[in-house]
Formats: sequence, structure tokens, C-alpha cells
Amino acid sequence: MREAPPFAFVGCIELREILGHRARDERELMERLEQVPLGSVYSHTYTVFLRHPRMTRAYANDFANWVASQVRDQVLAERLAVVDPFQFLRLEELRDELLSIIDDHVATLHPVPRVVFGEPFFFVQSHMIEVPTGLQARTLAEFRRCLATVDASAIYFHALYAGLLRGIAGGEFARWIAQELGLASLADKISRITPYLGGLEEMRLQMLRLVDAELTTETSAGER
Amino acid sequence: MSDNGITIESYRHVAPKGAVDFLARLSERVRGRRFVHVNSTRSGGGVAEILTRLVPIMNDLGIKAEWEVIEGDPEFFATTKAFHNALQGTEQVFTDAMLEHYQAVNRANAGRRRLDADLVLIHDPQPAAMIESRPPEGRWVWRCHIDLSSPQRRAWAFLRRFVVRYDAAIFSLPAFAQQLPIPQFLVFPSIDPLAAKNRQMSRKEIHKTLEALQVPLEKPILLQVSRFDRFKDPIGVINAYRIVKRYHDVRLVLAGGGATDDPEGAQVLEEVREAAGRDPDIYVLDLPSNAHLQINALQRAATIVIQKSTREGFGLTVAEAMWKGKPVVGGATGGITAQIIEGVTGYTVNSVEGAAYWIRYLLASPQLIRKIGEAAREHVRQNFLITRHLRDYLSLLVHLAR
Repeated sequence: MREAPPFAFVGCIELREILGHRARDERELMERLEQVPLGSVYSHTYTVFLRHPRMTRAYANDFANWVASQVRDQVLAERLAVVDPFQFLRLEELRDELLSIIDDHVATLHPVPRVVFGEPFFFVQSHMIEVPTGLQARTLAEFRRCLATVDASAIYFHALYAGLLRGIAGGEFARWIAQELGLASLADKISRITPYLGGLEEMRLQMLRLVDAELTTETSAGER
Repeated sequence: MSDNGITIESYRHVAPKGAVDFLARLSERVRGRRFVHVNSTRSGGGVAEILTRLVPIMNDLGIKAEWEVIEGDPEFFATTKAFHNALQGTEQVFTDAMLEHYQAVNRANAGRRRLDADLVLIHDPQPAAMIESRPPEGRWVWRCHIDLSSPQRRAWAFLRRFVVRYDAAIFSLPAFAQQLPIPQFLVFPSIDPLAAKNRQMSRKEIHKTLEALQVPLEKPILLQVSRFDRFKDPIGVINAYRIVKRYHDVRLVLAGGGATDDPEGAQVLEEVREAAGRDPDIYVLDLPSNAHLQINALQRAATIVIQKSTREGFGLTVAEAMWKGKPVVGGATGGITAQIIEGVTGYTVNSVEGAAYWIRYLLASPQLIRKIGEAAREHVRQNFLITRHLRDYLSLLVHLAR
């Protein structure tokens, strides 16, 4: 296999800023969601996966979890939970979808469901701090070794953060594998993996399985 | 290396896999930067406990970290104690003389200390007015460790005048944040897994410690560790225990302190003893504030830990218990909800009946107790250890001192 320019693994840390916006009922949630910076939409939908790399919570975004656990409106919680943030190319579209669901839901309800005994929803936004891990890969085998051990935040950074905020479709792993290793089919499969239902650790396992399969194919081909 | 021999390497076996190397990489971004912490005491209380470890570890990582402690007379500390209570919602009286003296002591302290740094972190209200003496260089951040969700208006209005002059503030929960014209960051507090309160203990050591406390071990123990304070709902815990006791032969231990230096604490302790009556399976332990090893042993010996608060700041006793692999049944309030993942690391409840139900549910399934306990320990490892706290502070240094 040819030697590619190295892929440098970079991890990340989320620093959360409290925005001072809070919601006590579903209509307020909708109104505030419309006002807050897009960074807040990002924080409550994307960085949830960074905070919970093993996806131990009921739903994959903060809005659904709050509606379920604090407002105790299971219908809206389920409708919000089914929104897969990775299906949206831009955060504006993701926000519109969430707003539309809440709007449709509260339009039929009188009074609007609110927190009675629970906590309000507090909007935050994330600041991402990049941390080079020192791990570098030049071949697919080296990539596999790094991927198996690297901090889960590096998976988040290259596959999700880079994909959305740097406009790299499919993320940086897929781009490097396609462009530098010339493995378009593997890159395509990797670009379609998201942490939506399993979290970052499940994402790592799925990528490792695909890479292992590719390495096995290469070894078999080399032996023939 | 710190005086107690603890370095960042000491945490390698308890922190999440790769966390120590990750911290080393992160610290490379701010190596040589000066990071000064200022608080009001060198020992006693959660802030001093955590700074005792954080500052040496930061130095170990190549940060020039220093810890300054302000000095004051009894009058000053009486005022700051009143601030502490008022900011947490208890009505207090402040005279102009008290407020002027508070500022004068802060000015005098600022004049005696070297406060030129890339980041100065001022902890809590006591040294907050030192911002008046800030040098032109460097970033200043106010770190609020207390529950500021419903402060006495006059006390907060006074303190706010100083807080708005900082570059940013840090709160332990979003609910504690205020309307401020500066950025407000969220940093959860943490526990130190190597401190006496949380360090590993052998079975023999646990037995010996409980023997000294005269708590027998032959029945499952339900434990609540908290000050004798009505917001911790110790009577509610006894009532929940009584419901559980109809079905399971368990023992309840209520361990805490605060009864000796707090008149209300003494009253609550009396009420708790009265509610416990002559039940031989209820143990009410009034422990001194330095009974760290005893608390550690009790938490490790417990089958289920309860934190049935009706109002709570962050409630780090929850993380302490979870770190020892215990499922926690906690009141759905304050930081307890940030620590317990419902049905995964424990259960949050809103009533005596709710507490009794989930305790029974757990007692009926030893496998579930083990499973939830393991998940709880991992959750703390990832989110509430001092290594994560250090990571957040270093991130702040990277973010603000660019």
C-alpha cells in the first residue's frame, strides 16, 4: 500500500457557556429556541454525543430528554427524539425542524404542558477546544491502531464537528481515506456512520469493523 | 510533585482511559502560563479540598499555578458568612460599615499579593471585590461555588457590582447563573478519588471502621450522608425506610454533622432522633467534619445510598456514593439531577413513596444493584472526577488567555 500524508488525530473539549435563557413550558421552549444562537442548537443536539460517548440516556438530544423527564410530555419527547441531527446539512434546518415539531404539538394543546415539579430548560452553547492527541496514521493499518485507542472526542471532532462546522461532507476520516488512501468504497461507508443511536463508542466499533474487513480483503488479495 | 506526593500520574489508574495523556496534551497549549487561584481558606470546605490537589497537579503539568489565600479579621469573615447565607436565600442584615470593611479588606489583600497572571480565578464572594485592584493585563474570572438560584436581593445587588467587572463567571449549575453582561460558563464540581473520603479501602478496614462506629454489618444498609438540615429531608428518609422495612429487613444509617456549630442543625438532629424512636435498626451518627474515612467506609458498606434532598446545591455526596459503585436514590433537585441518569445510575424521586418504591425495586434485584452501581462508577469516572475538573479549568485558560 502507498504511504499517504499522515492523518493527525485531534481530540476536543467542550466548554459550555450558560446563555441565561430558560424555558418552563413547551411554548417558551419554542420561543427561546428561535432566539438563541445556532451554537446553542448545536450544543443541545450534537455535543450531547461528546458528553455521553456511550449513549446512556433515554433520548439523543437535550430537548427530548427535558420534555420527557421534566415536563413529562411523552408524546412531544418522542417526536423530538426521532429527529436525527445528522440528517441536516445546516443547523438552521435542524432548528426549523425542531421548531416545527414543537409548534405543531402545542397548537393542539390547552393549556401548554409546563414544568410543575421539575427543572426549567437552560440553554447553553458550546465552545470547542482542540487538543492534538499526538497520534498519526499514514496507512490504513496505522489508522486502525489509532482509531482503536484514541480518545472518543477525536472521533467526534473529525467525524461530526468537522463535517458540520467545516463543511466537510462525510467528515475528515472519510475524506482522508478516499483522497489519500484511494479507498472510495470504504470512505463512503464510513461517511454514513453516525452516533445517533449508539453513541461515539458504537461509532468507533462500526468503523473498526469496516476497516478490519478492508484490511482482511487487502491481506487476502496480497496472498493470492 | 506536591507535598503529599500526588502527581498527575497518580490518577492514571482511576481516571478514564487516556485522560491523563489527554490532559498532558491539553496543558502543552498553555505551558508556562500563570494561573492564580484566590480563595479565603487553606483548609476546610470543598474549595480548599479541591485546590489542595488541583494546584500542585497544574504545576506538575507545566502551568505556573499559584494559590493565594486572603486574610481578614473576624468582622470581615462574619460579613462574608452573612453574604454566603444571604446569597443562598437566607435573609441577613448588612450595614454600610460591614460593606465598607469588606471592600477595605479586599483592597488590602490585593495590595499584598502578586496578581499579574494570564488567568486569575477568584473563588466565591469573600475575595470577589479584589477585582477593583486588577492589573491591566490578564483575564479575571469569578468562580461561584454556591447555590445562587434565589439570592437575597440586596446582597446580590452589592456583589453584582464587582462580578460584572470580571471577564467571565463560572457556575456549578445553569440554575445558579444570573443575568449578567459577561459570559457565564458551566463547570461541574468534582470529587478527588485519592482523598481519604474516596480512596480505596480494604474489606478489613471497612469492617474495623464500622465496628468503631458501632454499626453492625449483617443487614443491608440504606445510607444517607448529609448535614442535619431540613432541606436534606432526614425525616422523609426515615418514613421511606419504614415503608421498605415492611418488606425487607434493612438497616438505616443517617450520618452527618453540622449539629455542633449550627443551632438549627442541633434542632433537626433532635427531631431525627425523635422520629427514629427506639427502632434498633436506625442509626443516627453525628460525625465531626473531618470524619472522611468513616464516611468513606459507610458509603462502601451501604447497599443503597439515599440523598432525598428537597433542595440541594450540587450534592457531591451523590458522586461520592456512585464512585463507590452504589445506586443512589436522590431527590429530583439541584445537582442531583445532573448526576443521576434515570434508571441507569440511580433514580430521582419527588416523594417519600417514590424513594421507598425505588429502594424496594432495587432490593428485590441484587443484579440490578450491581449493574447500576457499575454504571454509576463509570459515570463518575467520566464526569465528576478531579481530572475532568482540571480539564475544564485548562480549557478555560486556553479559551480566555489566547
